[in-house]
Amino acid sequence: MNNTVINIENAVVSYREDIALRGVSIKVRSGEFVGIVGPNGAGKTTLLTIVNGLGRLLNGKVWVLGHYLTPGNGHFLRKKVGYVPQVENIDPRMPMNVREVVMIGRYGLLGLFRGPDKDDWKIVDEVLELVGMTHLAQRPIGHLSGGEQQRVAIARCLAQEPEVFLLDEPTASLDWKAQSEILELVKRIHQLRRLTTLFVTHDLNSLPVACDRVVLMKEGLIWGEGSPDELLTDDNLSQLYDMPISAVEKRRGEVVLT
Amino acid sequence: MDLSIFGYQFMQNAILSAFLGGIACATIGVFVVLMHMPFIGVCMAHAAFAGALLGLWLGFNPMIGAFGVSLLSAAIIGPLADRGELNPETSVGVIFSLMLGLAFLFMGLMPGTKSGALELLWGSILTNTRSDIIFLGVVAAVVVGLVVGFYKEIQATIFHRDMARSVGIPATIILYGILFLTGATITVSLRSIGGLLIFSLILNPAAAAYQLTYSMKRMFLLSAAFGVLSGWTGLLLSYLFNVPSGATIVITSSVIFMIAAIFSPKRKVKGWQGKPLVEEP
Repeated sequence: MNNTVINIENAVVSYREDIALRGVSIKVRSGEFVGIVGPNGAGKTTLLTIVNGLGRLLNGKVWVLGHYLTPGNGHFLRKKVGYVPQVENIDPRMPMNVREVVMIGRYGLLGLFRGPDKDDWKIVDEVLELVGMTHLAQRPIGHLSGGEQQRVAIARCLAQEPEVFLLDEPTASLDWKAQSEILELVKRIHQLRRLTTLFVTHDLNSLPVACDRVVLMKEGLIWGEGSPDELLTDDNLSQLYDMPISAVEKRRGEVVLT
Repeated sequence: MDLSIFGYQFMQNAILSAFLGGIACATIGVFVVLMHMPFIGVCMAHAAFAGALLGLWLGFNPMIGAFGVSLLSAAIIGPLADRGELNPETSVGVIFSLMLGLAFLFMGLMPGTKSGALELLWGSILTNTRSDIIFLGVVAAVVVGLVVGFYKEIQATIFHRDMARSVGIPATIILYGILFLTGATITVSLRSIGGLLIFSLILNPAAAAYQLTYSMKRMFLLSAAFGVLSGWTGLLLSYLFNVPSGATIVITSSVIFMIAAIFSPKRKVKGWQGKPLVEEP
């Protein structure tokens, strides 16, 4: 039985003179929760963008949900791949409310010249309920805190009813409480919907315990792969982040995994 | 006040032009404001002006020159704006200054009287002909029609291009469509409002609407209303005080913006947040 949902073979991606991925191969099974960990600039975000067809491959092959990804069929596949990008500043005066932003998740599915109907709004309200944002549904999107923005981004992604769920540093720049709440939410969503999930983070504090597998990345290459317990040793982390083992131990002492 | 002037054909043409131009420009303005690209708009307006002068110099239709050169500048600016990771202002600034340089070069090379060129610089809505109005009408209808027809795609693209792409909306095509419409709108409004002033009629009504609402639909409607109001009020002031209409139209739109900014509920974020926000039980 072939239940591989994402299959990347020897992917090479470059931005101008920088090579972001130098030949990365990875397979992800249906329903798996994979944490992708590595320092800044390791190519983690780029790996996500080739899964949703936004990144341009220089070399290599990518299959997502059984389809061979070409520059032409990206649109079609993106509708089935939910992507939560890194937090960006939103114009505080942007004339859209939370409910409308979440509805954007459904726009790709609606097709041309078709506006959202009652069922679409029902789905939006359901996902808002799931992420605990119902009370802020009418609030202008620019008036939310970082954690609330991230919940909205996750809701938008779920409104899309995706089969693959990509999260890019969803807890970066959030305070400790908001971080643990988002991790809790991601874990709950994975348990509830069994979405194939790729979770990118540079911060070990925010690696959800729900991870089935951890992939370590460094300098555009996959540096290690395995279960969180066997992979995340002080020795490995010290090499991954170029820090002495003593510093890793000290930092690990502060780590509180949810 | 003697208003018999409004019975004349040229005045009726001007009123109709202000209506159509106001709607088209103000609608484009919503994109310019929400996508944070006012400088791109200014640059395209000057490109259109340079193109029109090229036409005047070489003896072909200035409108074709205006449209061609503004689209050319959009084709250069588009990829810069779309890349997103770096601020395109510097490169747009270089293109802007090039366009201004070209405009003055063509003006200098032009033989004989420069009155045609100056008319394009200041605009003169009172000399608009039937064919000008037909062009304005077509562009206004296309702009409004596309915004209504592709509202959800446009809304998503305005909100966040990468995010729109990630849900399967062709944000790049929408972005280029918006630049194309900007070029078309500037081109047909050039003769009425003038190359120097056109951009204010694009920016000011939308900037005023932006101060007043948190609903994008309402922002489009308010902006169009402010655009038409600026055109008509400006026209009336121009007639009453016997001053150039392009100037009064633009000054009116600026005053509307200032009033909107003063009364903007968005300035009082704290008070606004104190209000109950929950509609559902």
